[in-house]
Amino acid sequence: MDIRTLLDHTALSQTLDRLAYQIYERHLDFEDVALVSLQPRGVELGRRVHERLKKLSGEEMIHHGELDITFYRDDFRRRDGVLVPAKTNLDFSIEGKEIVLIDDVLFTGRTVRSGLDALLDFGRPANVELLVLIDRRYSRELPVQPDYTGRTVDVVKDERVQVEWSENDKNNRVTLFSEQND
Amino acid sequence: MSRMTSLSTKHLLGIKDITLEDINLIFQTADNFKEVINRPIKKVPSLRDVTIANVFFENSTRTKLSFELAEKRLSADVINFSASSSSVKKGESLVDTVSNILAMKVDMVVMRHPNPGAHIHLARHVDCSIINAGDGAHEHPTQALLDAYSLRERVGDLKGLKILIVGDILHSRVALSNVFCLQKLGAEVRVCGPATLIPKHMESLGVKVMLNFEEALKWCDVVNMLRIQMERQDIQYFPTLREYTMQYGLSRELLYKVGKKDIVVMHPGPINRGVEITSDMADSEFSIILDQVENGVAIRMAVLYLLAGDASSN
Repeated sequence: MDIRTLLDHTALSQTLDRLAYQIYERHLDFEDVALVSLQPRGVELGRRVHERLKKLSGEEMIHHGELDITFYRDDFRRRDGVLVPAKTNLDFSIEGKEIVLIDDVLFTGRTVRSGLDALLDFGRPANVELLVLIDRRYSRELPVQPDYTGRTVDVVKDERVQVEWSENDKNNRVTLFSEQND
Repeated sequence: MSRMTSLSTKHLLGIKDITLEDINLIFQTADNFKEVINRPIKKVPSLRDVTIANVFFENSTRTKLSFELAEKRLSADVINFSASSSSVKKGESLVDTVSNILAMKVDMVVMRHPNPGAHIHLARHVDCSIINAGDGAHEHPTQALLDAYSLRERVGDLKGLKILIVGDILHSRVALSNVFCLQKLGAEVRVCGPATLIPKHMESLGVKVMLNFEEALKWCDVVNMLRIQMERQDIQYFPTLREYTMQYGLSRELLYKVGKKDIVVMHPGPINRGVEITSDMADSEFSIILDQVENGVAIRMAVLYLLAGDASSN
């Protein structure tokens, strides 16, 4: 197995800073902005972007929710077994809000499609933007493009991108695996 | 990627056949559905390509309503079939009736049948998931699951909890499924009622029989009051309803008399107010009766979702 580091801890931290700045630059007024992270992998990313955004804007109250999309997936009944759902936690109204949807890796676009469906069941936001840490280009199965991108990578299908968040937040990284099939 | 899982069974025929892991998986999934049914849009698209037949050979109001609501909130297509308006009256066999329904491309069957074991028979002869919504005096698995789930919500872990089931145990499928489910979750179950309404096999299930209601009430943490099934009193099991109420009816006075300050009161419905339980107790702070009804939809959504989702069993 071949492992390559795409972003080490420092680079990842700088990327998160930049993403927060980009959201800040585009919105300025945060009263109607809400971050919504997709469960399970977008949550850790969302938490970090949220922290940075709060510091940057000086606003204490920026909405941040977690959205589980298990019941909205399009591969239900098409795989062996079912996925264990995670918690949805949206304790604010999304009606009229400017939503930033957050996930770690954008691959086929199917998760984001499910995420949009799940989100719209909670109301009608003013607009929805997409933030991803890693955009895997040329692998899309649905027409989905991010508004904020941490890093764009070109990888082949059987390679896997993995985002790791360490417990003490001191050793986060993004790696690329390629599983060789003999 | 999230964790993959599945139930150990293709059907839900009874609590007896499923594992503790299955029960916990159903509870965990029901937590998510409970959140869904409290949203402004109480619906998810998971089962949009699934058709479910509710086949009821026996009357039911709330179970059928609860299943139908659960199915619709999962976006399944639903057809309803009841024995009174069917060719069962013309002499068709159970397997033929269900095979005909399945020939119309139905994916799952929710069935209630007066004969114990009808579902087990059917599961051997047709090729689809079957969910038991009550078979005679045998099992009513989704009721037991929602009872245990509601109880867990109120008191936490059920391990070591003392639960008393009171009333017509003989004709009750709720009692039997409850016994299996609660014992799997580590609770101690006893039953109480007139000797004529207690089946002989209870002790062999590890369930102690108590005939004195006051003594039993002193012992328990939770009391599940069953309905006297008037429609099944084919012989006289007890002298009069009034005498039954005096001996086995739950009231606040009785609770205070035995010195109980805290208890959880359950009832599978429909309640005969003033018979097995006073109106006051049914609506009291001890009662979780309406939680049971609400949780019924979430539990049934979880069961349908988990059984429908496993492609290997479709």
